[in-house]
Amino acid sequence: MKRLTSLLALAACFASMSAPAATLIRNATVHTLTSAGTLENTDVLIDKGRIAEIGRGLRAPDGAEIIDAAGRPLTPGLFGGLGHLGLLEIGLEPPAADARFGLGAMRPEFDVTLAYNPDSAAVEVNRAAGITFAMLMPSPAGDSGPRGGSILTGQGGIVTLDAGLEPLARAMFVDLGGDASALSGGSRAAQFMLLEQAFTEARTPDLLRAGDPRQLTPIGRRTLRTYLERGGPFVFHVDRAADILQVIAFARREKLRAVITGGAEAWRVARELAAADVPVVLAPLDNLPQNFDQVGATLKNAARLHAAGVRVAFSLRDTEPHNIRKIRQAAGNAVAHGLPWEAGLAAITRVPAEVFGVGDRMGSIAVGRPADLVLWSGDPLEVTSLADHVFIGGEPQPLETRQTELRDRYLDRVRRGAAR
Amino acid sequence: MHESWRTALVLGALLAAGCAAQAGRETEETRESQAIVSPTDRADPYPSTYHPAPSEPTLIRGATVLTGTGVRLDGADVLMADGKIVAVGPGLEAPAGARIIDAQGRWVTPGIIDVHSHLGVYPTPAVRAHSDGNEATSPTTAEVWAEHGVWPQDPGFATALAGGVTTLQILPGSANLIGGRSVVLKNVPAATTQAMKFPGAPYGLKMACGENPKRVYGGRSQTPSTRMGNVAGYRKQWIEAQEYLRSWERYAKKLANGDEDAEPPKRDLRLDTLAAALKGEILVHHHCYRADEMAIVLDMAREFGYRLAAFHHAIEAYKIANLLADAKVCVATWADWWGFKMESYDGIPENIALVDAAQGGCVIVHSDSEEGIQRLNQEAGKAIAHARRIGIEIPPERAITWITANAARVLGIDDRTGTLEPGKMADVVVWNRNPFSVYALADLVFIDGHLHYDRAASDEKPRSDFLLGRKDRPLNGVLAGGAR
Repeated sequence: MKRLTSLLALAACFASMSAPAATLIRNATVHTLTSAGTLENTDVLIDKGRIAEIGRGLRAPDGAEIIDAAGRPLTPGLFGGLGHLGLLEIGLEPPAADARFGLGAMRPEFDVTLAYNPDSAAVEVNRAAGITFAMLMPSPAGDSGPRGGSILTGQGGIVTLDAGLEPLARAMFVDLGGDASALSGGSRAAQFMLLEQAFTEARTPDLLRAGDPRQLTPIGRRTLRTYLERGGPFVFHVDRAADILQVIAFARREKLRAVITGGAEAWRVARELAAADVPVVLAPLDNLPQNFDQVGATLKNAARLHAAGVRVAFSLRDTEPHNIRKIRQAAGNAVAHGLPWEAGLAAITRVPAEVFGVGDRMGSIAVGRPADLVLWSGDPLEVTSLADHVFIGGEPQPLETRQTELRDRYLDRVRRGAAR
Repeated sequence: MHESWRTALVLGALLAAGCAAQAGRETEETRESQAIVSPTDRADPYPSTYHPAPSEPTLIRGATVLTGTGVRLDGADVLMADGKIVAVGPGLEAPAGARIIDAQGRWVTPGIIDVHSHLGVYPTPAVRAHSDGNEATSPTTAEVWAEHGVWPQDPGFATALAGGVTTLQILPGSANLIGGRSVVLKNVPAATTQAMKFPGAPYGLKMACGENPKRVYGGRSQTPSTRMGNVAGYRKQWIEAQEYLRSWERYAKKLANGDEDAEPPKRDLRLDTLAAALKGEILVHHHCYRADEMAIVLDMAREFGYRLAAFHHAIEAYKIANLLADAKVCVATWADWWGFKMESYDGIPENIALVDAAQGGCVIVHSDSEEGIQRLNQEAGKAIAHARRIGIEIPPERAITWITANAARVLGIDDRTGTLEPGKMADVVVWNRNPFSVYALADLVFIDGHLHYDRAASDEKPRSDFLLGRKDRPLNGVLAGGAR
């Protein structure tokens, strides 16, 4: 199934690259995010949707478009974090919002990616700002709508910000901690009880007898069992240091591949996270305790985790999709607070790609990879830089969006004194 | 405006004394002023108890200085003494005993001012018990005052200070058409809100357009449930406030005519505030996203003869940038927020640049966020980048006015802070580099000349009482071995 999915994705990918012309980017500062490191004055040739060559003084094939980077930075396309991209147009308007799900029961078979709308204005706006892939996720449990959700909020997936609908990799989301305790009978302690029951139902359905209270539907049991067998990632939304330790222990017992998201206090259990090789997808701007699970929030979270050897990726805390382009700024702030610059860039490119199982096709620049690339006007983590060119699968992406159309409609009026 | 406001304070103090005959000049003044007896002539019942912390004469040397007046000085010095700016320029002499700060390679700006914050009224931790920003029990609650809900222990004040914020306006939320009075604070540690109150700053009045009031009250099948209802709701209030003012004028006239039995009108807290807003003594801040609604509010201000200080959020200000500039109304907005609600769907990251580009335009970068207030300089940086892409080059000395001088202007405190001019409060930030960079950090923050933040010492005990006892160390997890 996984292989099939990849093949389908690959096919979709090729279909969308209906013969893009070759492009040669000359004289870039290429941040490869591989062991090759950063290459100065380097050319990158894009051909047939892939990175065909990397080197100095490359020859342009006939008819290739040539872009003179003049030393500007070239990076992999950026990760837009975990959220509701293409899942809601306007959060406050329910018919235009599909990320919230609540049937009052645990439904691991819920797959939020089926609602993905690549035509959402937020997709083009963020793509034009250099975001080329993102993890779609269901709403956290605390925000699950009138009928109540469950702590196992369902499946999400990695999408690229072109027209592709099929997720390239999946993840299962679990919401724990104080925010979710209303969905576990009022106590976070019951969250592990409920999960354990669900996992047991999935693994040993024979234990169930008629009339037993159940967590999962028959389809849900099959979905969860299959997912467990394939070793897909479970993304635990959790902030409190003690809760993170409980997740590490739970993952060890259940033999899960755990990923922590949120993780406001993760730095306090950095040693344990490193030992268990559990990555953290954190929000670098978190430094105030929104609740009692986040009392230890600090801008040094990323730097401390990185120093302890934990794999660190970034997302914004807010799941709203409109301004996920802000992730660059968040990464820049982590750097300002002690994270090495290279790790800051990796946290929005290579690390999330690897954590979510797509590291072989995005998040770094290497020959043979799909050409998801961004050429920047300056330092990609700097607020005064913008994306000058964006490629997905070798295809140049339009920088024109609904927002630039609005801008251009009124710019001239302002200049003429007629914006009134 | 400030002058009439100060006069009102003086008169207020006298009225509070019961207008009883007092000796000498004051009695004369009281008599002279009887014709303008009004509900706004009251003593300040919750006065500022702020006192600048002690300061030593300080000379900052060799910095790139953005004065907030549109000027950039390279290799310049800033001299502060007695809590005030003394001089700005090259080669200043240090007075005897002055602290000298070598700021070569660093940048100096006025203290950052946020005109739109809910720190203290929506503090962290954001527990239900702390929800003090919206008195959402009636669409008009002009009678409530933000300062009565501010929790000075909000940890967000200290993180805002680390972002260079020295002054901020705390507003009630936007659930209501008229949400109540704002308060302007100096960002200093204090056990009471009054000890943070910016001395002599005018009050503001928070009003709200659009979705929020109609959603909150429409959801309860009350008015307003439409934008029509919103505007009708404001207008009814202004009519009442006008009538209230007239009843006071009639009273004043009677007093002036020697009618000693004249009864003052019954005091009304809600109308006290609205009347003061009509008279320009309380500054009106209107939360409004859409261009069409802002245009209507401009006309409403004309209809009732009051002045609007600023539109806040103003996502569509770029569509009517010239109209707003001509009306001399400032726009306080974000750099790139959009789409989080229908009325923000047309937000563009060039909004700031376009409002600024209009002849006479006045723009402010605001936060409305405990995160955004920590980095208003970066928000301005994003606006600079988007302006550049459409061929508008905004130099740092101009961009700094968006978060200093222009903000001071709409708060009515520009005669005291917002620029580095001699005689102004020594509210000063020393940055480790150009402040419009993502890597910029405030090294030193002075308020009235006192060093309130020093990055080198920022790991000391937290300012907020709430954070005392926070565990700033690893948790020694007993589960590390996986045992339960």
